[in-house]
Amino acid sequence: MTKSDFAVIGQPLPKVDAWAKVVGETKYADDLFLPRMVYGKLHRSSHAHARIRSIDTARARAVPGVYAVITGADLPRVKFGILPVSQDEEALCTEKVRMVGDAVAAVAAVDEETAEQACRLIEVDYEPLPALMSVFDALAHPEVRIHEYGDGPNVHKSVALQFGDVDTALTGADLVREDVFFFEGSNHLPMEQHAAVAHWGSDGKLTLWSSTQTPHYVHRLLAKVLDTPAAHIRVIATPVGGGFGGKTEPFAHEIVACQLSKLTGRPVKIALTREEVFYTHRGRHPVLMWIKTGFTKQGDITGCHLRTWLDGGAYGSYGVASTFYTGVINPVTYKMPVYKFEAARIFTNKPPCGPKRGHGTPQPRFALECQLDKAAEQLGLDPAEMRRRIVAEPFTKTANHLTITTIGLGECIDKVVEASGWREKRARFGGTAARAAVSGGSREGGAGCTPVVQPEPPSPKKPGIGIACSAYLTGAGTAIYWNDMPHSGVITRADRSGGVAVLCGATDIGQGSDSVLAYLTAEVLGIEPKDVHVHPADTSLTPVDLGSYSSRVTLMCGMAAIQAAERLRAVIFQAVAQRLEVSPTSLVARERKVGVPDDWDRAVPFAQAVELGEAIHGVLAFPGSYAPPKRAGKYKGGGVGPSPCYSYSACVVELTVDEETGQVDLGNVWIAHDVGRALNPLLVEGQVEGSVYMGIGEALMEEQVFRKNLHKQPSMLEYKSPTTLETPEIHTILVETDDPEGPFGAKEAGQGPLLPVIPAIANAIYHALAIRIDEVPITPDKILKALELKRLGKPARVGPVKLPLFTFKEPIVVESAFGQPADAVVKRPFAS
Amino acid sequence: MIRLPPFTYLAPRTVDDAARLMAEHGRDAMLVAGGTDLYPNMKRRQFEPKVLVGLRGIRELRGVRGSAGGWTIGAATTLSAVTAHPGIARDFPALATAAGLVSSPQLQNMGTIGGNVCVDTRCNYYNQSYEWRKAIGFCMKKDGDICLVAPGSSRCWAVSSSDTAPVLWALGARVRLIGAGGERTVPLPALYRDDGIEYLAKRPDEVVADILLPPAEGWRSAYLKLRRRGSFDFPVLGVAVAARMDGDIVRDARIVLGAVASLPRPAEKAAAALVGQRVTRELIARVADLAAGPAKPLDNTDFTHPYRKKVTRVFVARALAAVAGLRDGGATSEEVA
Repeated sequence: MTKSDFAVIGQPLPKVDAWAKVVGETKYADDLFLPRMVYGKLHRSSHAHARIRSIDTARARAVPGVYAVITGADLPRVKFGILPVSQDEEALCTEKVRMVGDAVAAVAAVDEETAEQACRLIEVDYEPLPALMSVFDALAHPEVRIHEYGDGPNVHKSVALQFGDVDTALTGADLVREDVFFFEGSNHLPMEQHAAVAHWGSDGKLTLWSSTQTPHYVHRLLAKVLDTPAAHIRVIATPVGGGFGGKTEPFAHEIVACQLSKLTGRPVKIALTREEVFYTHRGRHPVLMWIKTGFTKQGDITGCHLRTWLDGGAYGSYGVASTFYTGVINPVTYKMPVYKFEAARIFTNKPPCGPKRGHGTPQPRFALECQLDKAAEQLGLDPAEMRRRIVAEPFTKTANHLTITTIGLGECIDKVVEASGWREKRARFGGTAARAAVSGGSREGGAGCTPVVQPEPPSPKKPGIGIACSAYLTGAGTAIYWNDMPHSGVITRADRSGGVAVLCGATDIGQGSDSVLAYLTAEVLGIEPKDVHVHPADTSLTPVDLGSYSSRVTLMCGMAAIQAAERLRAVIFQAVAQRLEVSPTSLVARERKVGVPDDWDRAVPFAQAVELGEAIHGVLAFPGSYAPPKRAGKYKGGGVGPSPCYSYSACVVELTVDEETGQVDLGNVWIAHDVGRALNPLLVEGQVEGSVYMGIGEALMEEQVFRKNLHKQPSMLEYKSPTTLETPEIHTILVETDDPEGPFGAKEAGQGPLLPVIPAIANAIYHALAIRIDEVPITPDKILKALELKRLGKPARVGPVKLPLFTFKEPIVVESAFGQPADAVVKRPFAS
Repeated sequence: MIRLPPFTYLAPRTVDDAARLMAEHGRDAMLVAGGTDLYPNMKRRQFEPKVLVGLRGIRELRGVRGSAGGWTIGAATTLSAVTAHPGIARDFPALATAAGLVSSPQLQNMGTIGGNVCVDTRCNYYNQSYEWRKAIGFCMKKDGDICLVAPGSSRCWAVSSSDTAPVLWALGARVRLIGAGGERTVPLPALYRDDGIEYLAKRPDEVVADILLPPAEGWRSAYLKLRRRGSFDFPVLGVAVAARMDGDIVRDARIVLGAVASLPRPAEKAAAALVGQRVTRELIARVADLAAGPAKPLDNTDFTHPYRKKVTRVFVARALAAVAGLRDGGATSEEVA
């Protein structure tokens, strides 16, 4: 279909919930106040690693206004975790604490002040254990075990996969580069701190309202940890004030709120403080990376070998998936015929890492894209042209058996090169060799200048321009628990008023999923988005959607919504066809009417069409279901990485670096994103700009770091993240490839565009000053250090210099599937 | 969210009443004007006053008044009012700049110049929640008895974090203090002590009533601030330069560094090296080296302390160039990394 065939799709409409959010009508979890509600608070560990000898809650219980004080002994002794293979968490620790911030006890009281006061009176007797605060520490002390399970002492997960013969591929290369990179961890920093309200009613049924991205998974796990039938639990995801992956699994405060409600017979609210959000975390893994890649003289990749070490923190979380994600997506971008990937996730005594926007892929993307930049220079190639040459082929398989459908990366590169004035600026800002020759001697104006009284000094601010690209999945191809059911379901019900209700388990976390459901339904039924009432994320009312993660919602809920709306439309068309005495195939739905285009005067208003349909069919409620194509590679681990389709981005960053202060000033960011089709370009641009902003923070500032076993700066003031003032002009270009897998051709937009920003900044800094900062964040002190090394004639690089002594397991060796044609989708699951 | 502890709020109408109430309640009481720093600190239990004496209702504390003898700024004048005042912007551009760089516009609308002059010293072992401080082991500034940034030290090394104080120092400001026992006017440097805990040399009952600035004739000034972002952040280095110029010859000069010690730190040798000289780039380079000498940052703020030390020289050079009217490639009012 072309753009002009659509009425709603492709229009820059405001989000359906925009007004409510702007004027403050939206009710987030912390805005809920129920009659007789009390307030819960968690007592958290002050030790990074310790055995719990005893807990004394007597003084806390004695505080007037305290309704209940509980410890882990008051909860069923069941461990939990988001992944079936990592059931290693307790809502309240019973034997051991594994980080500062682990919850140990909890209080319910008449108000937050009283709960806080009582929490401070809980006394825990600890036997301190050595704290392992880094990957190196954890591997050096196998005698200290953070957990008893895993792939070795303090090794949560170790994976090794090989696709084709890497050694031969590298031997045959004209250039082989080996580089080491480090990517620091970071928090999601959602504006809304996690909050939950639990009400265990007198009927014995539990309702939990929570700011969660995954109500279905929370529902399943609450049943397990509370030892209560899932049929008697209802989870409602309230509007989420920013998720980014940080609200994608069940948390201690949710479970504790439920238990406190059961004990007090009152609704219980627990709202986390910002500091507690930093402890709850599940943010970006710090990852150390070694990457070895072979290139031909022309810039083609002959093969690539990547090793990653993830600092996992104290618990499993999504860590097994994160570990795979540090390797599996790299081959989706460029022609990479042979690939080997080894990774290990290590437990440490820090808040657990998990999925943050891009989940495990920004780190290796940084490594690969910076290495490509270095290789291009060595080969004398323009880094944009080199990338353009090696873009992967559409409708083929990668070395690691992932299926690429459409790929608009070539067009993305062309567009950012064109829009940014790449070639001209690359030449004008560049001249690494020329700069090196005059470095240190240019302040007087250079040879041949006539001496003047007060010569204008050259500006210390040196311009540079850099490029990088990326790919990301549009929804994980497999659920976190193995099943054959839909990944997403929708029920669409038409009302005699002409309104249409859409019930879907998806959670709108600000990305606009409620809006997308309204747009798609309105498009199919020929009505306005305002006529569609979206009822999301209530496990008692809405069909299951697995959750707002892995950029899956627009595609998966979207496909289900289209199916449901089409089923509804078919019945309405049947009824209208009878009334108008025409064939149903001659009908169209548009402008809130159903009729024959050539006889539009007789078209039936939509509300009347619904009545006609209901008179024939009975209640007009139709389900839609979606499951992704089964494309998991036939090898162990092949379930992580497949996706219905992949989005692509190319990014050019223009900046200046002050060579006296090391400060980076971003000028412009040009980013082109292959979104398949922009269902609403305004929303897509918002997602792209948000991704760019978050990427800038990770590139230049953000670091979840620890000192004396504690988070160094768990506050919004001192954990530095950019503001609007640090955000440069972002020039967003949308590329449409009309992917056959997506709803009206759409692919993801919420995560992928973050990925290229970080290496593009690093590459632009190199272009400006000929220094390599091979780790993020790239802070001014690192830039000055690299400049100092350059002045001393040493390699002008700041980055990791050592790798852990770690033996990876023997790899699973699989034939490379590189270049094989993609399997066509013959029949979709749950099709009519 | 973190909640405020309970306290009694008193709202006097005159400075004398405020001073009397402070004397009456002794160590249980604290003064509050804008409250932008005090209330968050109370939430983290860095302060636990039982009584707050509010200065917001005292009319005589607000406003900027000019006369032949100089300028008087009421201590409860908001930072945005100071920045926006045309006389201040004309005569003391460094002060207008500094007040306009404190935190964010919203906080400048609430925060006062007196509050900024008296703002608590900061340390990233201290500006933390009660639970965090308990977990690491309380420091001597609150609830403990050691210094976590310099464990061998017998004193507190929390950092003076005022943007306006180094500028007012460089401009030769005086402060009028009103206490229960009467009033006195002292040079601004006499307000400070080199101690992270007892950083103010005034009696607890004394209220900073006015800030007095001498006439600006012949003086030029500039302020440069190092912070991570273009808004919100406290200074982790401030450079205030004021110079009285006679053509291109410096007749008098003051250079004062902020956020490198527990009080604003004057660079006297560096300033002296300017006097009687024509400003050239060579002179600036020499003076900047001298000025960076007194900067002894420790590892208790944002950025690494060697970095803060290293860029002190650059910032001083840029501030001097700005005052001398020499174009420099660097920014003229602020540096943001």
